[in-house]
Amino acid sequence: MSLIEFLQQLINGVSLGSVYALIALGYTMVYGIIGLINFAHCDIYMVGAYIGFFVATYARLPFIPALLIAMLGSALLGVVIERVAYKPLRRTTNINLLITAIGVSLLLENGFNAMFGGNPRTYPGDILKQQTVMFGPIRSDALHLIILGISLLLLVLLNLFVNHTKMGRAMRATSLDKDAAALMGINVNTTISMTFAIGSALAGAAGMLVAILYSSLDPYMGMMPGIKSFVAAVLGGIGLIPGAFVGGIILGVVETFMAAINSKIAGAVAFVILIVILIIKPTGLLGKAVKEKV
Amino acid sequence: MKSYIKRGVIFLAASLVVFCVLFVLIQTDVINAYYSQILMVICINIILALSTNLIINYTGQLTLGHSAFMAIGAYASAFIQMNTGLPFFLSLLCGSVVAAVFGFLIGLPTLRLKGDYLAITTLGFCQIVVVAIQNIDALGGAQGLAGIPPKTTFAWVFFSMIATIAILYNIVHANQGRAMISVREDEIAAEAMGIDTTRYKIMSFTTGAFFAGYAGGLYAFLMMFIDPNSFNFLKSIDFVIYVVLGGTGGFVGCIASTSILTLLPEVLRFLGDLRMVIYPLLLIVIMILRVKNIRVTSFLRRKSGAAKPKERGEDHAAA
Repeated sequence: MSLIEFLQQLINGVSLGSVYALIALGYTMVYGIIGLINFAHCDIYMVGAYIGFFVATYARLPFIPALLIAMLGSALLGVVIERVAYKPLRRTTNINLLITAIGVSLLLENGFNAMFGGNPRTYPGDILKQQTVMFGPIRSDALHLIILGISLLLLVLLNLFVNHTKMGRAMRATSLDKDAAALMGINVNTTISMTFAIGSALAGAAGMLVAILYSSLDPYMGMMPGIKSFVAAVLGGIGLIPGAFVGGIILGVVETFMAAINSKIAGAVAFVILIVILIIKPTGLLGKAVKEKV
Repeated sequence: MKSYIKRGVIFLAASLVVFCVLFVLIQTDVINAYYSQILMVICINIILALSTNLIINYTGQLTLGHSAFMAIGAYASAFIQMNTGLPFFLSLLCGSVVAAVFGFLIGLPTLRLKGDYLAITTLGFCQIVVVAIQNIDALGGAQGLAGIPPKTTFAWVFFSMIATIAILYNIVHANQGRAMISVREDEIAAEAMGIDTTRYKIMSFTTGAFFAGYAGGLYAFLMMFIDPNSFNFLKSIDFVIYVVLGGTGGFVGCIASTSILTLLPEVLRFLGDLRMVIYPLLLIVIMILRVKNIRVTSFLRRKSGAAKPKERGEDHAAA
């Protein structure tokens, strides 16, 4: 592999990784705040792609408004799911919540399959033009760069929101200690809804970007990216926003390089990395071990 | 001691009666070939659910990769039988031993992890197994392994299930089982009492893998065709659903929920495509109702001698 090829693959890898990071953020934020592996998250990603598809195809909206509508729709869906399915179970054990999340996930997948059919669809070709960009000798697809740019922008916005607004502070407080946060006058229910809304909006954006990149969307498109993004979140240390970002980028880069070497085993690479890293550092790359008090 | 023997005799007698009734019904075609196949799948699923139950409910370790052991057992036993012509039961045993060895090797490093980290690692292991099988040409690769002789009969499946119930029941009521429950209830306290928690976690994991491998073998010789993708993590999640809906610990609840949930998609078949929508919808509704303490299995559990679940125990099972 020459240096130029290497750099090209690196750009593709980072771009794929930034998508993983966008999805992983939703997982990690929800996990941080209610301790749930939100299996339905990957289907919100799928729904985001569908909303974008319908808006772009039937309302003929250009890219940016379609993306915003997809994010808004996904955010609403995330909040509704949380209110209807998860809230009644909040005081119970994780495993009950987990099964409910799996139920919601199956419901969305099979529901979309029943409503819109299982055949893959494609975005209208003119939503984002396929273009080749040259940086000296390095050739790259404009789509990859746009995806990377949008992902980075969203990540920066999220970081500003979480660290520099009142709601962001409430989110951090709630994820530290729900009861104490409530005693300090934080509306825990609103905060949790907000977390779901933001995570879902990011997933919806990721879904639409990926559906345009691979020019295909179907009801089960979320399953594998979903699992891999969760792996990314765990890899970086679950519950930590920078962790999701680091994990996503690492996963995207490694997977892209593995796919270039041997595409057959690329699907398993994410899990091998995960297992190796967790065995060496059981709390993820950026996670700190919390001593259990007896 | 006496009540123990009495209970065993009653259990055996009851299972013999159930077997005779079902066997006659199948022989006289009251239960047709289609339903007898479903019946056998239910029995296989019960073996799988009970082995998952041992790991999740009794030892409190959330595993999302149990179907990997089923796949290993299925492929190993089918491969051995087709290549060496070993008797059916021996090839099943070989398959389960291979699965148990893998369970031990995987359990050794991963069981140090806790809760959701363990869950995602076992899920990852499951996907690795699927991809690995897809890339081994001797096992049929991604196309799957065909031409497995149809050796699984109703009698095999039924008595395997009875044996599994008996063995697992004895394990959880023996010292080992108590140690496993103590790990679930409070790992630190268990360790303070001198229980080697890692050892019992691995023991539970390996035992579960053994039975999953056995069930996988039965499944392979029943279906005559296995493909790697049918053993992906979604299959593992099915077992977790059986176990969680069955309630904490109890064997009866687990068996009941497995039977109902295996039958449910068949019963809903008249709905066509909507069946795949109704099933998860029911799952969500059941979970919400269950938490509000309306349990289908609660009246059954009171009569069975299964471990009395405590609400506190439930908290720890998932922790």
